[in-house]
Amino acid sequence: MVFNAVLYALALALLVFSYLKDKRKTKKALTVAWKSFSNLLPTMLGIIGLLGLMLAAVPREAISGLFGRDNPGGIFLISLVGAVTLMPAFIAFPLAGSLLAAGAGVTAVACFMTTLLMVGVLTAPAEAAYFGRRFTFWRNALGFAFALAIGYLMGVILP
Amino acid sequence: MRAYRALLKKYALFGVVVAADLLLRRHSPQVSALAVKNSLSYLAEMLLFLPPIMVLVGLLDAWVPREVVEKNVGPRSGARGVAISILAATAAAGPLYAGFPVADALLKKGCRLANAVIFLGAWATIKIPMLLMEVKFVGWAFALWRLALTLPAIIITGYLVERILQAGSWEGICFCRRE
Repeated sequence: MVFNAVLYALALALLVFSYLKDKRKTKKALTVAWKSFSNLLPTMLGIIGLLGLMLAAVPREAISGLFGRDNPGGIFLISLVGAVTLMPAFIAFPLAGSLLAAGAGVTAVACFMTTLLMVGVLTAPAEAAYFGRRFTFWRNALGFAFALAIGYLMGVILP
Repeated sequence: MRAYRALLKKYALFGVVVAADLLLRRHSPQVSALAVKNSLSYLAEMLLFLPPIMVLVGLLDAWVPREVVEKNVGPRSGARGVAISILAATAAAGPLYAGFPVADALLKKGCRLANAVIFLGAWATIKIPMLLMEVKFVGWAFALWRLALTLPAIIITGYLVERILQAGSWEGICFCRRE
């Protein structure tokens, strides 16, 4: 919340400064901002709707239930769930904390958190709209592979 | 007519989701209500974050000269460019999709492709405000080890994506898909 306020203050201050220095450039900046926003909006509305639907259909308890088994197959499944879902940090980290406290394996939780943050299957349409499909595919595929490696290493390092 | 169809295509996913919500409403109203509630809270988050970021992207586009971006994160910026990309992203706030327009604006101004991927990776995984929260919930050891292992992973990802995308292309290092 604080960071959000800082973000708004920063944007507003720079905007006022820009307006005082050069009105035409400021107008151009706002046009670019609006175009960028209205380009992203339709895709994001779809993604957000899908996300809400998915989180309602698959409750949090179902996700937590996956963490019982620490075999490679279970961890792969958990990583897939992390790659597809998108959670705000204020939900994801408390969830990770409670999973660890409940005795879930470090590898499983680390894989889940890393794929959750690094890989975005649901946001892929928005990413592809900006950077193209090949970019999106490779960035996410490599992110997924690295997330598995990171999770494995953390399981080895941390007790 | 063509513009109309393009608009229809843009909203296709949203339309499908709304239809699914409506269908679900007849079968299980509770799940449907929860889905709409979830979506509205994500929408609030998005509308809170995107406007200032878009304004900053617009200002970047209007004020920052191409040479400045090229010099700092361009094709010949080396390790310094990587460091700047990571530091800039860690100071950011907001979900990953808010980083897309920023990275896009940087690419158009001459940012190196690998640095843009590294910027997105750092934005997604190691933002400072997020890190503080992570420490609080999962502890120092977990958070710092994740950070230490993620950092090289996102740098390697950046170079690999650049390598893969530019293999066989004669455009060289410039990644100018549009404009």
